[in-house]
This record gives sequence, structure tokens and C-alpha cells, in this order.
Amino acid sequence: MTAVVCTLAVLTPLFLIFGYLLLEGFSSLNVSFFTQLPKPVGEVGGGMANAIAGSLTLIGMACLLGLPIGVLAGLYLAEYGHGSFGWAVRFCADVLNGVPSIVIGIYAYTLVVLPMKSFSAYAGACALGVIMLPIVARTTEEMVKLVPNSLREAALGLGVPTWRTTIWVVLRTARGGIITGIMLAVARIAGETAPLLFTAFGNQFWQRGLGGPISSLPVQIYTYAISPFDDWHRQAWAGALVLLTLIFLTSLSVRLLTRGQFRAPR
Amino acid sequence: MANQLEQQSVDLRWSVPSTMLPRVWGPLNLGDRLFRTLTAVFALLLLAVLASILAVLIYESSSSMSAFGWRFLIDSTWDPVSKEFGALPLIYGTVVSSALALLQAVPLSIGTALFLSEMAPGWVRAPVSFLVELLATIPSVIYGLWGIFVLIPCMRNYVEPILSSTLGFLPLFQGPKYGVGMLTAAVILAIMVVPYVTSVSYEVFQAVPNAQREAALALGATKWEMVRMAVLPYGRTGLVGAVMLGLGRAIGETMAVTMVIGNRSEISLSLFAPGNTMASVIANEFSEATYDLYVQALVEVGLVLLLVTVVINALARLLVWSVAGPSAGARGV
Amino acid sequence: MPNKLEVHHLNAWFGAVHALRDISLVVPDGAVTAMIGPSGCGKSTLIRCLNRMHEVVPGARAEGQVLLDGHNIYEPGVDAVQVRARVGMVFQKPNPFPTMSIFDNVVAGLRLNGVRRSRRELAALAERSLRQAALWDEVKDQLTASGVSLSGGQQQRLCIARTLAVEPEVILMDEPCSALDPIATTKIEELIHELKGAYTILIVTHNMQQAARVSDYTAFMYLGKLVEFGPTEKIFTTPEQKETEDYITGRFG
Repeated sequence: MTAVVCTLAVLTPLFLIFGYLLLEGFSSLNVSFFTQLPKPVGEVGGGMANAIAGSLTLIGMACLLGLPIGVLAGLYLAEYGHGSFGWAVRFCADVLNGVPSIVIGIYAYTLVVLPMKSFSAYAGACALGVIMLPIVARTTEEMVKLVPNSLREAALGLGVPTWRTTIWVVLRTARGGIITGIMLAVARIAGETAPLLFTAFGNQFWQRGLGGPISSLPVQIYTYAISPFDDWHRQAWAGALVLLTLIFLTSLSVRLLTRGQFRAPR
Repeated sequence: MANQLEQQSVDLRWSVPSTMLPRVWGPLNLGDRLFRTLTAVFALLLLAVLASILAVLIYESSSSMSAFGWRFLIDSTWDPVSKEFGALPLIYGTVVSSALALLQAVPLSIGTALFLSEMAPGWVRAPVSFLVELLATIPSVIYGLWGIFVLIPCMRNYVEPILSSTLGFLPLFQGPKYGVGMLTAAVILAIMVVPYVTSVSYEVFQAVPNAQREAALALGATKWEMVRMAVLPYGRTGLVGAVMLGLGRAIGETMAVTMVIGNRSEISLSLFAPGNTMASVIANEFSEATYDLYVQALVEVGLVLLLVTVVINALARLLVWSVAGPSAGARGV
Repeated sequence: MPNKLEVHHLNAWFGAVHALRDISLVVPDGAVTAMIGPSGCGKSTLIRCLNRMHEVVPGARAEGQVLLDGHNIYEPGVDAVQVRARVGMVFQKPNPFPTMSIFDNVVAGLRLNGVRRSRRELAALAERSLRQAALWDEVKDQLTASGVSLSGGQQQRLCIARTLAVEPEVILMDEPCSALDPIATTKIEELIHELKGAYTILIVTHNMQQAARVSDYTAFMYLGKLVEFGPTEKIFTTPEQKETEDYITGRFG
């Protein structure tokens, strides 16, 4: 019985948070929210168009960094990673997963912001890409491992070399699962704020080029939330509602797509 | 008729060019070696990234390390104005908020994991575990937003007065009740940590072989006794690992904590008082750090944070793997 | 009749387990040779050595000589991939590629190797292979359907068509009918009958009656050793070894 109470207690915040977001944020959602730039401090109105565009840009760039390395590393782990090197890589991936994102922000700051002497989309994308890496690598590994050996043998039996078998048969069969892994990684980095605070930094206007500070939805939410202006608070709720809805929808789609493939809930 | 078909197939046989897969005895396949090397290089990159994070942080905090030495960890003054940087208040803040958070989260998580694993009927498991998973996907900044406008007033107006009137003799619950402070940070951390500890504990419980449960039941144990006799002891190591994973999570949590902890780098016995954690001080002050030593001190705080989380996560992984196998917790914990 | 395959003193291991002990036999060209024996006797291991699939399993190795048209495929420097193009394999459980259509499955052996052929040539090849596999009439109108949408027996014939498209000289069949119903089994057996002569076929089977029906030669294996090899009729009527006779008459299985 206590277990049921625990479960209910655990699930309550989920509904409370989403409920409040709906309550406070829904009314502020209108077309101008998605299309307008923020108004100057103190003025009412405006939107988060640049933040949404900024987030999309950062995510896209992060994928350019995180996806190739992640997928190929995951492929290595699945096909050749049986020895101690594979174990070490797997271990590092899991440890990397647990590194606080703010530390990764410092890393990207040192690597990109300092040499460039400026906040930039590159720095933000670098941080987000590093965060994505272990997620993509591990889920790719899991998905490739799920491909039945009989398919590999079928291709090998036809005289297809191992590397072609891996690319054209194994990867192709695991394609769907790998994509869901990517979706999960994207959902994670979409909400990351800490590493962007001093890499992408933030921008109240449309960004000019990728070498300058760029706004993003989570950073905008943060800036507005800690500000003293009611109108900005309102918009923070709206932004949070948009962000959370997108993340929830992504999680739901992933759940539906991988139904039956995993025994455990994760 | 059969002859005609045969004729047809023979004709086809000669009109189609022969399959072109080379019939020579060639050397061992170059493509295989190249491909394996290529993927190995990228796997190595993963290793290299982790190593370079460590290297970069050490490098960037070197002047701070040489300026303060080991005193950095035990000095209790964090004063950018007078250029004195002691990380003790931050370490204190991290330890207290995380410990308090775990104190609240662990019983709830294990209870929920037990519910899902041992008691829930099949049709309940999938949706409930999905909902728990959803909790883990909520970004920290949204927790923080909710924390500022919902949790803080709630703490300030209800919870803290109650605590102060009932347990106010303890120094823990004395002092002005702002709503922002260590206690609020601990509560929000608890909410954030619960889904991780729950899901890993669930995997640990699932890994307990059914034979153990059946052995207990066959001895005449009730469901709860069976859990206590068979499931919990078997999964004990894994549970410790799950708790440590949660701890690692709590220690590194930044945005939500920054938004509700009050951002004052001082040690105070009261849980109502504002404070700072290692993560929150970086979030707050990094972009405002105006001189080199300040930045380096903050990076050094980040280094301490990194080392602590790496050690805790590594230990936790090993513990969880020993019970539930190397693929447990792979998908994003 | 010349010998297509000759096996000389072949030994194979799975890690420390000695699965094949000093096997020597000859496989006549164009004939169907059956491998029979109780479970675990090594018949599957043996044919997997004949196209160098055995070593794909981690920890597995083989030593000895296997001559294909006089060339030793286990000579150092020989590419296993080339061997497999000449010695095809049909597996116990039909394994068409699930992400490909029937047409794509048949021509997969070429496509996956990057061999470029025009659409017409591929279509002609696919038709020929499917006809040879006695599947053309059943699927000619649904070549774009998924490879896994067929029945079990059809899937196996699809796998055979796929193997034939690569134009091997030898076809190894590892219990190809064990996952199929009797009607599908009959179709496969008729197919083997049509293919022999043009191809050298080795078939591993648990079913002695099947071996008696389809094969010209039979090899009986027991506990990793080749006990007896000879024309099928002789093996089944007047076997020389006692173990063979015991197995044939069902004294052990």
C-alpha cells in the first residue's frame, strides 16, 4: 500500500508542473509569440521567435558534431567492441553522460569562446554536441545489437564482405531504432540551459551569422523567469509550455516507435 | 512444355552476363580493415573527449590552483571583491542540498520501483513507467521556473512556517523565511532525482531472478516478506548504485537549483537560509567574472564538480552493472 | 566425375571444444551429397567450414585443407569473402532481408557488393534466379512486396534464388526444410533435383528419408568424426560400419 502512495507522490509533480505550464502559459500563446522578437525592457508584448530559431540552429549544428561520432562509435561498440578497448569506451560514454552540463559548458567556453574571443553558436553547438555524444553512441550500440545474427550470416553467405554487410544490411535494419535514439538525444539537448549561458550566451535580436551570441529557448526562459517584469514572466511560462510540449511529444513518439523492443522502461 | 521452359531458362542463362564477382584468389579484404579502423577511431574520439574535458579544466584552473592550493577546498570565504576564493560554502551547499534531496527521494523512488516491479498489474506498468520517464525529460530550467513561481511561495507561506513552529528549536529551522534557500533547493532536487533512482531501481529489481522470489513464496512468505527476503537483499548492491547515480545527478544539477537557492555563498546552519552550490555559483557568476583569477577559480570549482561526479558515477555504474548487466541504464540515465 | 570439393584432415574448434575430428572426404561435382547424423555430431560445423563461415563465430577456428577445384581455401592469403561467392549457403531458418523487397532480396548479392548493372540486366537476373528456384510464377506480380511478406516455404525459396543469383558453383544447405511444412519441403526437394548437375549440392538433414530421397551420396557423421561416406543407396541398404547401421535403423538418434 505504501508503494502505491509512493508512486502517486512521485507522479504528482509531473501533473502539477505541466498543469501550471498550461494554466499560466497557454493564454500567452499567440501568433506573435512565435513570430516576433522580444520587445525592449519594460515594454509589453513581443515574442520569442529568435529564441526558437536559435534553438533550432543550435540543435542542427550540434547534430553535425554529435551524430557522426556517436553513430560510428556506437557501431564500433556493437560490432567490434567485445574486448577491453570496447569496455573502456563504453565506460567513458556512460561517465560522459553523467558529467554536469555546466562543466561541459566550461569546456566549450575554453575550447571555442576563448580563441574566438566571442560567444557564438559554434560554442553552444560544441557543448550540445558533446552532451549528445554518449546518448547517441549507446542507443546506436543497443539498436545494432538487436539486429539478428541470421541477417549478417545471410549477407556473408552471399559473399558480401563484413564491412558492406554492416553498412547495407545491419545499419539499414537498425535504422529506425537509431533514429529514435537521435530523437531522444535531441529532446535532451533542446532543454539544456546551463552550458549555453556562457557559450551561446543570448541575444535579444536575430543573430547575424554563427560567430556571434545567439539566443535559445531555454536561456530565454531563464532570463525572463529571473527578471522582475510580469510580462516577461508570462512569456517565460509560454516558452516553457512550448518547449515541454515538444519534448513530451518526442518522448511519446519514441515510446510508441520502440514498443516491444525493450523489456526495461528505459 | 517443360522442354520449352527449360530452353527458356537456358537461354536466359546465357544472355545474362555472368555475375561479375571476381573469381580470383585475392588478398584479405582491405575494406574490412579500413572500416574497422574508421569506427575504432571514432570510438577513440569518445574517450578523447572525456580525457580532454579533464585536461582542459585542469589547464584553465592552473593559476587558481597554484594561488590557493589545497586551502581552496576548506576556506569558507568566497569573495570576488576581495579576491578571496574558498570553495567550502559551495561544497557545503552541494553536499547539504544533495543529501537532503536524496533523503526525500530515495524512499519514494524505491517504493515506486517496488510497486512497478512487484505489485503493479501488467497494464499499469507501461504507462506508469512512461510517466516516470517523462519526469526525467523535463528540462531543469522548467523545474526552476515552476520552482520560482509555485514552490517558493508554497514554501514561504506554508511549509517553512509549519516547520519553524514545530521544529523551530533546531538551528536547522530557524531564521527568516524567504522561501528561497537550501530547503527549497533540496525539495526541487528531490523531485528531479526521483525518476532516475526509480528507473534504475526498477531495472535492478527486474534483474532479480524469479527463482529467488519463488523460493521465498514457497516458504510461506507474504508478498511484503518476499520482497524483504528475496528482492531487496539480492538487489542491494544495485540499489546502492542507483542511489549513487541519483546523487551524481543531484550534485551536477544546475538551473533549477540556481533559480531557487538564493545565490549567497555563505555557510549557514539554517535550511531556510539562501546558499549556493558548486554548479549554481558557476551558472550565476561565470559570465560576470571580470578578471582572470575569478574565472580560474570558477573553473577550479567546475573541476572539483567534475571529479566528484565522475567518481560517483563510475562507482555507481559498476555497482549497477554487477547486478543488472552492462546495458542497464543505457538509454539516457 | 571429377571432385568439386576435397576435404583433407579437417579439424575445427569452438574455443576449446573440438567439434570436428580429422575429417577427410570428397564431394563429386554436380552431385547431391547428404550429411546425416545425430544432433551435435558436427554436420553443420562441417559445411560451415566449406565456405569459411565457421570462423565468423568468435573463438572458432579450423585447420586442415579444403580444396575447391584443387585450390585450398584455407591457404593463408585467401579471402574468405571470395570463397563465399563461389560456395553459397542456404540456412535453416529462412532469412530474407526484412528491409528489402523480393526483387531487391534476389539481387542483393550483387547490389551489396557494389556491382553495377542496368535495370534490365538485374530484372533478367532476378527472373532467371526466381525461375530456377521455382518461385517466379508465384511472385512475378509482387516483386516489390517486402521479402518477409511471403510464407515460410516461399521465403526459403527466395533465399535459394538469392543464393543462385550470385552464381555459386557449390550450394550448401543447412537443414533447409526443418522450419517448413511438408508441402513446402516437397517443393524444395524437387528444386534440389532440378538444380543438381548444374550445381554441386551438399545438404545437411536430420531427416533420413529426405537424405534417401534427394541425395546421390551420403556422409554419416557421429561425435565430430566422419564414420562412413558412400553412394546413398549403399549407405542405406548395406552400410559398412556398425554405427551407421545402428543410426539408419533407428537404434539411436
